[in-house]
Amino acid sequence: MKTVCRIAALAAFFTGSAASAQQLAPSPTLDAIKARGHIECGAHLGLPGFSFANDKGEWAGLDVDYCKSLAAAVLGDATKVKFTPTSVQQRWAVLQSGQVDLLSRNTTITFSRNATLGVNFQGINFYEGQTFVVRTKAKVVAVKDLADATICVAAGSTEEKTAADWFRERNLKVTIINFQKNDDAISAYDQGRCDAYTAGIGALAGQRIKFKDPNEHQILTEIISNDPQGPVTRWGDERWQLVVRWVLNGTIAAEALGVTSKNVEEMKAKSASSEVRRLLGAEGKFGQMMGLSDDWMFNAIKQVGNYGESYERTVGMGSALKLKRGANELWTKGGLLYSPPFQ
Amino acid sequence: MKAARPPLPGWLATLRQRLFATPVDVAVSFLCVYVVWRISLPLVDWLLVEANWRGTSREDCTSAGACWVFIRARFAQFMYGQYPVPERWRVDLLGALAVCAAAALSWRRLPRRREAAIAALVILPPLGIWLLSGGLGLGIVETREWGGLTLTLFLAIYAGLIAIPLGILLALGRRSRLPMIRFASIVFIEFWRGVPIITVIFLASLLLPLIMPTGFNVDRLARAVIGLAFVIAAYMAEAVRGGLQALPDGQVEAAQALGLGYWRITRLIVLPQALRIALPAMTNEFIALFKNTTLVLIVSIFDLLGIAQAALADPAWVGMNMEAYVFAGAIYWFACFGLSQWSRLQEKRLQAAYGR
Repeated sequence: MKTVCRIAALAAFFTGSAASAQQLAPSPTLDAIKARGHIECGAHLGLPGFSFANDKGEWAGLDVDYCKSLAAAVLGDATKVKFTPTSVQQRWAVLQSGQVDLLSRNTTITFSRNATLGVNFQGINFYEGQTFVVRTKAKVVAVKDLADATICVAAGSTEEKTAADWFRERNLKVTIINFQKNDDAISAYDQGRCDAYTAGIGALAGQRIKFKDPNEHQILTEIISNDPQGPVTRWGDERWQLVVRWVLNGTIAAEALGVTSKNVEEMKAKSASSEVRRLLGAEGKFGQMMGLSDDWMFNAIKQVGNYGESYERTVGMGSALKLKRGANELWTKGGLLYSPPFQ
Repeated sequence: MKAARPPLPGWLATLRQRLFATPVDVAVSFLCVYVVWRISLPLVDWLLVEANWRGTSREDCTSAGACWVFIRARFAQFMYGQYPVPERWRVDLLGALAVCAAAALSWRRLPRRREAAIAALVILPPLGIWLLSGGLGLGIVETREWGGLTLTLFLAIYAGLIAIPLGILLALGRRSRLPMIRFASIVFIEFWRGVPIITVIFLASLLLPLIMPTGFNVDRLARAVIGLAFVIAAYMAEAVRGGLQALPDGQVEAAQALGLGYWRITRLIVLPQALRIALPAMTNEFIALFKNTTLVLIVSIFDLLGIAQAALADPAWVGMNMEAYVFAGAIYWFACFGLSQWSRLQEKRLQAAYGR
């Protein structure tokens, strides 16, 4: 393994190009995927907008879409993916025992998980974080506008502490009303006892639909805690990790470069941007460097769409959840999403 | 002296005697009626009067009651899980076969009933596995696609099919004169009775794949069935042991005096009587097993309750918690109530047959 790396590094040094592409590191995971003909994706048991089965029994959601993109990139067909729903308790064991090739299930990236569980996080496909739901007519845009407001929370929850700390640090006065249970806090907010209710974005998005009139409520895009989420792989098999990481980057880069499922063929044929041409396999043989076909991202974008298309369809304005992009907007548009260059 | 009141008609007299005999009785009766009235009125309102029945999406649920549209849209999933639609006839066929067999066998004048029962027990379970999972000419359906009520019934019936004979053997083993068999039975029973089912399912699902050699893989549904079966077998064994201990020693001694061997005594004298005594307790264990199948949810197997919860994650139906749980609860209740009625019927029949 080390020798292979050294040879590859030497080759790259001497030729100054991507000539080392011929030196593919072995990848048991990719071999297994190609042999069995589908990807095994660890999904969530059920999280509105992220991972769920619709009325027809098809899996859908933002995390599910990522696995479909991966299937399109690796096998050329977005339908060649099977989902194993995993609970919070069993997710790590399911990944470690090889029952799934990766987890794409709303899992927060933390140092201790990365350092102790034998798993690697391959990027961020959703910046989850704590925020607030407020009434639309209250004209609240940022969290600081909540000064002097009353906020409903469940007593002793992480949310209570985070919110209290955030306002205290900024010398803003808020009244926090504690409830025994989360559901009580939610119904108190819905009945108008508080100006805001606080929880993670994903949870609030599902919660908002349950209110008497969802259109009277909006979720703030600003987040006051940091819980980034993304696909997870086991340690080992670097080439598979490379594929998982760069398919995610590819969907984000495609959005930044203006490549969509609608225009992908035209872009591949006519785009003047060499980054677009490399992304879509018109030049550079990037797919082959990972042992995939060169139209890997072309297939992923054609069949599933870029990150933005997927977001709008699953959790954004095209879905029932109607989440704004917020932190999950491209870095060029004021968000945090970023892909390293395809060079 | 008061004039004698005219006698009340029979049912009114009964009513008066049972419910309104003293002032305290009157107060308690009225209080009960009031409480039932206060509870049932909004319930009926929500369940039926104000409920929404027609439509395809949550927008069709306009009145204040339950949104049964949700159950209608998801009904097939609640019954079959993710089982492929073109293959669902296999589940239906198996269900029809099982119901027919059960109906035929409960008809007591069926010719050769005993042979038919044995044949059904030998043929139906493997046939069921073949129909559900496929192979040999049928398309393969992986167990991860099974779900809903189909899966709940599968878990309960197959775990029961393992647990009942195993439980009987364990109960006999625990009373055996051979020390090794007795010891092994006691260890098995006490171990599985002492471990929470949720732990068993969790370990069977998580630990086994980690310690098994790679490439050797027992299906995760099979692991859950075996785990459930072992725990229930331990409970069944204790229920059967209760029946065995209720038999007077004289029965066995008399049979021995006639020169019968152990197995013939067990088969002809001991078990028929012991099982008759243990039947209510065994039914109880089976009902517990049926409800415990919901615990497989923690290893992401979508039984009826699991699939109902999963449906709540669809943004199209978020918030339909009441409908989902009421529907799932009603199915469990009917199944368990049916089982206990069946058990009572059997008890009555057996009592009549044995003249007790």
